Amino acid sequence: MDDPLIVVTLLLVAACATAAVAVRDPERQALVLAVLGTTLAVLFTVLQAPDVALSQLAVGSALTPLLLLLSVRKVRRRGRKKDKAR
Amino acid sequence: MTRRVRLWILAVGGAGLAALLVAACLELPGFGGTSHPYGDRAVRASLARRTANTIASINFDQRAFDTLGEMSILFASVLGTVVLLRQTRDERRAKPEPAYVALPVRRYALIVLPVALLTGLYVIAHGQLSPGGGFQGGVVAATALHLLYLGADYRALERIRPVGLYEVGDALAASAYLVTGLAGLIGGAAFLANTLLPYGTFNTLSSGGTVPLLNAAIGMEVACAVVVLLARFLDQAVEIEQEGGT
Amino acid sequence: MSVLPYLVAVWIFLVGCYGIATSRNLIHAVGCLAVCQSATYVLLLAVGYRDGGTAPVFSDVKPGSRPVVDPVVQALALTDVVVGATVTALLLALVMQVSKRHGTVDPDELSELRG
Repeated sequence: MDDPLIVVTLLLVAACATAAVAVRDPERQALVLAVLGTTLAVLFTVLQAPDVALSQLAVGSALTPLLLLLSVRKVRRRGRKKDKAR
Repeated sequence: MTRRVRLWILAVGGAGLAALLVAACLELPGFGGTSHPYGDRAVRASLARRTANTIASINFDQRAFDTLGEMSILFASVLGTVVLLRQTRDERRAKPEPAYVALPVRRYALIVLPVALLTGLYVIAHGQLSPGGGFQGGVVAATALHLLYLGADYRALERIRPVGLYEVGDALAASAYLVTGLAGLIGGAAFLANTLLPYGTFNTLSSGGTVPLLNAAIGMEVACAVVVLLARFLDQAVEIEQEGGT
Repeated sequence: MSVLPYLVAVWIFLVGCYGIATSRNLIHAVGCLAVCQSATYVLLLAVGYRDGGTAPVFSDVKPGSRPVVDPVVQALALTDVVVGATVTALLLALVMQVSKRHGTVDPDELSELRG
């Protein structure tokens, strides 16, 4: 546990995870989750797990935020339509 | 239950869980220790079967049955999403409104698309040699296709992405994995046992016996699954609208 | 100091749980669940790390020349990352259905509707 790089990335991941929970707007949360996915990929690379880092990079920084944003858009669109009809 | 009571219960339960988890962590072997009995054995087994990437060997050879379970979860959740997000009778398809995308972004997306797609396929193909494999490459290849939405428009994406075909591909890949497993049974060994094919030369594309086959099946499965998922979500977010009120 | 990675995993998990329990939006809750999931990856990989070890891939490292980190936990985390994403998609599909049926994604309003 003498590698400062590991300590720094671990703390960075913890900070990003806290931010991802603290941001209450799901649209912004999706962006913070993308940042969290990228920092996790960096941490996994530092921990000598390139396979996991690769899949985390593809899934965590692209796929999950994209799915979240699409759901937000769908839910918002319904809300807007309902308001118009009222 | 009011919000206040719930927060109190959460605080008490969270504190208890935190105390237990921290106590467990203090008893774990220290970070960076040298005792990894399972890891050492897995590395030895993987080298004996001439698979350069130990992780691919574990996923598709030593623990191939476990990967079959993971694949079933993946398949089931895709199936569930498709059923949940289908177009119901009170919904109709609206023409998607064109949105403005800056020209440099469009050009960049179109240039990157083939590169990303090729990277995905490369990562799948070299799963048994270098970091990567079906799980990662499948996601990369499938998301790469969707750069076309950014670079051209939704219609262009729909033309190169007949969702029905990808659904069939998903099922075919799942059955290909099963058939490879059954082939081991027919060959006189156990289900999913890696004894049927020659192990080949270490560190070449055809090494590892059935590992490349299962790897390719998973790659196709994941790629098709992600394409189908994103197609359903895009349909819901861009096209499908409810008729009238709720 | 040698328990810091484990404690970080615990922290991420608890923070994610807190987010799910206090969320006012189901989409946000699904995002918090993704945070919880990442805690398991951090814990698994931390358990498998070995000081001075390299990645367990022998395409450019001579077998036996260097210590390698534990590949078993990496294989577990790897499959879970991708499968977890599809399960997240299933949950989001459920959220869309809830919004379609009840017109809201606030869990508090939903429990009032039922009562």
